[in-house]
Amino acid sequence: MAAEVKLLSRNFGSPESWTLSSYERAGGYRTAVKALRMDPAAVTEEVKQSGLRGRGGAGFPTGMKWGFVPKDSNSPKYLCVNADESEPGTFKDRYLLELDPHQLIEGIVITSWAVGIHRAYIYVRGEFGLPYHRLQAAVDEAYAKGYLGPRSFGTAFDLDVTIHRGAGAYICGEETGLIESLEGKPGRPRIKPPFPAVVGVFGGPTVVNNVETLSAVPWIIENGAAAYRSYGTEKSPGTKLFSVSGPVARPGVYEVPLGLPLKTLVYDLCGGIRGGKAMKANIPGGSSVPVLTREEAEGADLDYESLAAAGTMLGSGGMIVIDEETCMVRALSTLMKFYAHESCGQCTPCREGTGWLRGLVARLEAGGGSPADMDKILSITNRMIGTTICVLSDAAAMPAASFVTKFRGEFERHVGAGRCPFRSDPLLAGAARRQDHA
Amino acid sequence: MQPFERSDPAHDPTLRDPCPLRRLGHPLAFSAEEEDRIERLLSRYPTREAAILPMLWMIQDRHGWIPEEAVSLVAERCGVPPSHAYGVVSFYTMFRREPGGRHQLQICTNLSCQLMGAEHLLDCLRRRLGIGPGETAADGLFTLNEVECLAACEMAPVVQVDDEFHGPLDDRGLGELLDGLRARAAKEGRI
Ligand SMILES: Cc1cc2nc3c(=O)[nH]c(=O)nc-3n(C[C@H](O)[C@H](O)[C@H](O)COP(=O)(O)O)c2cc1C
Ligand code: SF4
Ligand code: FES
Repeated sequence: MAAEVKLLSRNFGSPESWTLSSYERAGGYRTAVKALRMDPAAVTEEVKQSGLRGRGGAGFPTGMKWGFVPKDSNSPKYLCVNADESEPGTFKDRYLLELDPHQLIEGIVITSWAVGIHRAYIYVRGEFGLPYHRLQAAVDEAYAKGYLGPRSFGTAFDLDVTIHRGAGAYICGEETGLIESLEGKPGRPRIKPPFPAVVGVFGGPTVVNNVETLSAVPWIIENGAAAYRSYGTEKSPGTKLFSVSGPVARPGVYEVPLGLPLKTLVYDLCGGIRGGKAMKANIPGGSSVPVLTREEAEGADLDYESLAAAGTMLGSGGMIVIDEETCMVRALSTLMKFYAHESCGQCTPCREGTGWLRGLVARLEAGGGSPADMDKILSITNRMIGTTICVLSDAAAMPAASFVTKFRGEFERHVGAGRCPFRSDPLLAGAARRQDHA
Repeated sequence: MQPFERSDPAHDPTLRDPCPLRRLGHPLAFSAEEEDRIERLLSRYPTREAAILPMLWMIQDRHGWIPEEAVSLVAERCGVPPSHAYGVVSFYTMFRREPGGRHQLQICTNLSCQLMGAEHLLDCLRRRLGIGPGETAADGLFTLNEVECLAACEMAPVVQVDDEFHGPLDDRGLGELLDGLRARAAKEGRI
C-alpha cells in the first residue's frame, strides 16, 4: 500500500530471502565492499548525516554513539548486536532476522569497519528458534565466502562474528544487562557512567546497537544520507518498522516513513479494528511507553517529536492496539505482572515498586481495591522514575501512571462495583468471540 | 562438591529429583564431539567465563534440562566457582532445573495475546491436558508453562512448542496441534 516505504524490508517477499544467493541477487554485500574502500570516519559521518536514531527504544543518534568510542584504545573494541527483542508488543527484529539476516550481517561489517571493531557478538533472545537458525546459517555462509573472518572481502580487515544465545530474561535487552550476560553473569544492569562506548564488554569500548538500527546502515551507505533524509521528517528522518498487534484486521510488521499519521497505520494498513469495534486506546511504542486515549492516538503522528508532544514515546515501535471491549484495569494488571517478574531486584524502588504496583492493580482488578489506591499508585510511580540503575523501573511506572490518569473512571468503577464491570460481558467471552470472527 | 548453601529440600527441585544420569550410574561428561565444540566455543571469547551460557545450552539441548552436577562441570570448565554458575542458571528462566515432558508448551499471556484470547486458550489447554502451568502431563508428553511476550504478537494468541511458534490458535487449532504431537509420539513408540 502507498503509505509503506520498503527500504529495510524490501527483500521480505523474495523467495528464500534469508539465503546468501537471494541476498546477492538483489545486490547485497556490494555496499560492504564499497564501505571497506571508504575512510572509516567518512562512513560514520554519513550515518551521522542521515540522522539515523537507535531503533531499540531509546532513539539515541547512531552516528554520535559510534563517535563516542575512543579512536585509540589499548583494549579491543566490541560490537554487541541487540537481538534480545523482548519488549511486549515488539516483533520487528524477528522479521529482520528471519527474512533478511544477511542485511544485518552487512550492517555489522560496515559498522565494525567504521568504528575499528574486530569482534562482534549477536545476542539473540533464547526463545527464538527459526530466527536463530536462519541467522546462524547466514553467518556460516558469510564465513564460507570469506566475508567474515580474517581478511573480510579480501581486504586487510578482520572481523569475527559470534552468535550468543540468551536464556529468557527481559532485562538482558538493556544494554549493560546484555553486556553482563554476555560476560557469563546474571544480566544485572551496571551503573553508568562509564558508558559502554568507553568501558563495555570484557572491559573494552563497546557499541551496542539494535538489529533494526544496524540493518538500516547498508541502505544509508549505499544511497547516501540525503536519500535517507528524503523519507520521514526533519528531526526524525528515514523509515521505521512498526509491529502492530491486538485486535486489528491485519496485525504484522509495517515499514513506514517516520511522521506517518498513526491513523493511517491503524485504519488503512492494518485494516482497522476487527468486528467493526472502536479503538479505545493505543500503546504506540512497546509496553513500556505511556498509553494514549483514542483521541490522542488519532491526532498523533509516528515520529519521535510528535509522540513526545502527545506525552508518550516512539520506543521500539511495538504498537498495541486496544479495543472498546477491553478492561483497562485488567490490561494494566497484565503489564504490571510482567515488570514485577522481570525486575532484576538490584534497586529498591524498582524491586519493591513493581511488586506493589502488581499487587495494587491486581486487587483493583479483582474488585477488592479502595478509592485511595489510585493515588497510591500515582505516588509510587512518582518515586520509581529516575531513581534507579536502569530504566526498567520507569518502564513499569510510566504505563501505570498513564493508565490510572487517563482511564481513572474504569478504575473507580471497579472499586464502586466491587468487581470488574467488564466481567458481566466477560473479557474472556469477548475475546473468545473475537477469535471466532477471525 | 557443595560450596553453595543448600536450600530447603522441599522447595529445591534439584534435591527432590536426583539426576537420572547419576541414577543410571553414568558420570555426567561431555562427549568427544561436545569437547570439540567447547574448544571452539572458548576460542570465541576473551574470557572462559563468557562460555557459561553456551555450555549450559549444550547441556540442556542434550538432556532437556540441567542436572545439578552439570552445573559444577560447567563451572570447572569456565574457571568460576560452582556458586557463580548456579547463580547464572537460576537467573535465567529458560534453564530448567528439573526434567520435564517430551514437549515444552509455552503459552504467552502477555497483553497482545491476552487481547486476542490467551486466557480462554489457557483454559482450553488445561482442559485438554489436565494440567496447569508448571506441571507435566502424566503421560510425560507435555510440560505446560505460562510465559511473557514471545515477540510473536502478530500470531496472538501464541503457543510455543519447543522452539516453534504456533498461532493464532483457537480451541480447535489447539486440538489439532496436540493430536499431531501425540500421533508423532505414538508412531515413534513413545507412548
Ligand atoms: C529494560 C530494557 C529492555 C530493553 N530491551 C531491549 C531489546 O530487547 N532490544 C533492544 O534493541 N533494545 C532494548 N533496550 C534498549 C537498550 O538498552 C539500548 O538502548 C539499545 O540496544 C541501543 O541500541 P540502539 O541505539 O541501536 O537502539 C532495552 C532497554 C531497557 C531499559
Ligand atoms: S531498575 Fe530494576 S531492572 Fe533496572 S537495575 Fe534496578 S532493579 Fe534491576
Ligand atoms: S504478547 Fe504474546 S507474543 Fe507478544
